[in-house]
Amino acid sequence: MEIKEGYFYTKEHEWVKIEGDTAKIGITDYAQHKLGDITFVEPPENGKEISAGSAVTGVESVKAASDIYSPISGKVSGFNEALENEPGLINESPYDSGWILEVKIKDESEKEKLLTAEAYREYTEGLE
Amino acid sequence: MKNIFEISVKGRKGFDPGEADENILEKIDKSLLRKGELVLPEISEFDAVRHYMRLGRRNFSVDENFYPLGSCTMKYNPRVNETAASISGFASMHPLMSYIDEASVQGALEVIYNLSFLLCEITGMKKITTQPYAGAHGELAGIMLMAAYHRKKGNNKKHIIVPESAHGTNPASAAAAGYDVVSVPVDESGDMDIEAFRAVIGPETAGVMMTVPSTLGVFEKNVSGIAELARENDALMYYDGANLNAIMGRVKPGEIGFDIIHMNLHKTFAAPHGGGGPGSGVVGVSEKLSGFIPVPEVIKTPGGMYGLNFNVKDSIGMLASFFGNFGVLLKAYTYILMLGKEGLVDATEKAVLNANYIMKKLKPYYDLPYDRLCMHECVFSAKKQAAKGVRALDIAKALIERGIHPPTVYFPLVVEEAMMIEPTETESKEEIDIFIEAMEEIARLAENEPERIKNAPAGMPITRPDETKAARELKLTCL
Repeated sequence: MEIKEGYFYTKEHEWVKIEGDTAKIGITDYAQHKLGDITFVEPPENGKEISAGSAVTGVESVKAASDIYSPISGKVSGFNEALENEPGLINESPYDSGWILEVKIKDESEKEKLLTAEAYREYTEGLE
Repeated sequence: MKNIFEISVKGRKGFDPGEADENILEKIDKSLLRKGELVLPEISEFDAVRHYMRLGRRNFSVDENFYPLGSCTMKYNPRVNETAASISGFASMHPLMSYIDEASVQGALEVIYNLSFLLCEITGMKKITTQPYAGAHGELAGIMLMAAYHRKKGNNKKHIIVPESAHGTNPASAAAAGYDVVSVPVDESGDMDIEAFRAVIGPETAGVMMTVPSTLGVFEKNVSGIAELARENDALMYYDGANLNAIMGRVKPGEIGFDIIHMNLHKTFAAPHGGGGPGSGVVGVSEKLSGFIPVPEVIKTPGGMYGLNFNVKDSIGMLASFFGNFGVLLKAYTYILMLGKEGLVDATEKAVLNANYIMKKLKPYYDLPYDRLCMHECVFSAKKQAAKGVRALDIAKALIERGIHPPTVYFPLVVEEAMMIEPTETESKEEIDIFIEAMEEIARLAENEPERIKNAPAGMPITRPDETKAARELKLTCL
């Protein structure tokens, strides 16, 4: 199970990569593994204000439909349009070409509440 | 196998409708005329018969195979129900006659009236509407009734609480009716986490939707306490009756504090299903919601005649044309009368006994996440086998190879590699033992020769369809 250093994580198995005032968000290798082949990703509403922990969009796999919770508060500023034709990118490359959305960060201090790679590794090991 | 359009031969005919009226095109309003060409397969009647017989043989049906598809309640559909539904007085009646001449359809109205009475008796509810066409339609009707109640009282309600162990349609129905959904986790024994529930219930809670027994096959222990907390907040209790067959005749949801229930007549009351319908999602309501039910309501006049009442003051309106799927109502009515009070209780008890027998027998082989007395179904996890690379899906395929329909897999979502087994009361011990032996054999193979399970099913017309491709490249036409 790959966990990428330098990213932040949540217990809902999302990752966040912070680049300046923007947060790039996706689901972890653990999550894509549990969900199985992803078949559809719902484009989130651009410009929508979201608060940390609330559902911002959803993904569907052969096994289930799951909500994606925003790890951080802010405004939706981007969506990985490549997923519309190739939702399988999430399975192939969950941390890079399988990213899902971008959010303009509202409150940088929320970062403190996210898990580090090390903390997330410990958390997932506890689940097995 | 070719589809019916691929066996079409230009000019071949199976049916001759005769010559059309000379001026037919002038008699029909232009707006109703088809613009494009009519595409139909050109085949003989014999081609059609063979085609569908062949398709039927490739099917897996409850009439041929053990079918423990959890939550779906694939029980035997007694043939006498079909006999009742084919009585020509019923089968060839036009529903519009109930509006034009009530006296000419007294029998049909009596069936609806009596069935409603019996379902009220079984569920402890006050009024019934037979209109909803299936379970999810019944759920929407139930939530609309809930909303009408709150509107009338001027309540400001925003959300509906749904435990994780409820049917997946519950949150969908709540959302479709315009409410926010608040999900509550289950505790380690499989009941709703009562502390988490306390934390979210409040004056803005419109209702609590529960599936009892839950999708984990267990009876919610705290149900009375949950109902009491709901009442304190003027939130209504919704009973998803998809699993009513586990308590029918033993527990009345109305007596444990539920206000609304939908029943799947095609599950609990043995009407055929599984091919996409027709179903029936009859809804029952308690006294406080009686004034909101859909119209028309079938009533009995003091003179002993049956009639229609359109005068329900706060009615949410009509949800379906006429009375829902009448044929299904007729089958359910026949089923209830044939079994009688004792028979219904007996069916319930045997459904629970059969599920517990399977649970006990398979426990040494498969992980049992919620190890307690189950109701009409039991939920295992294929976790142990997954460690060897054999997943719930592989076990399902191996069962098909052995002439058994798989249980429901990967549901409920709270159980990893879930296998949800519902034998129903209509299976004999001999049939159930064959299933148990197959499951034991599969567990042994998963341990020693996992490849044999991973390559199943052998010798079937269809083996491993590419499910991902089917979902990613959806194609809904056969042309």
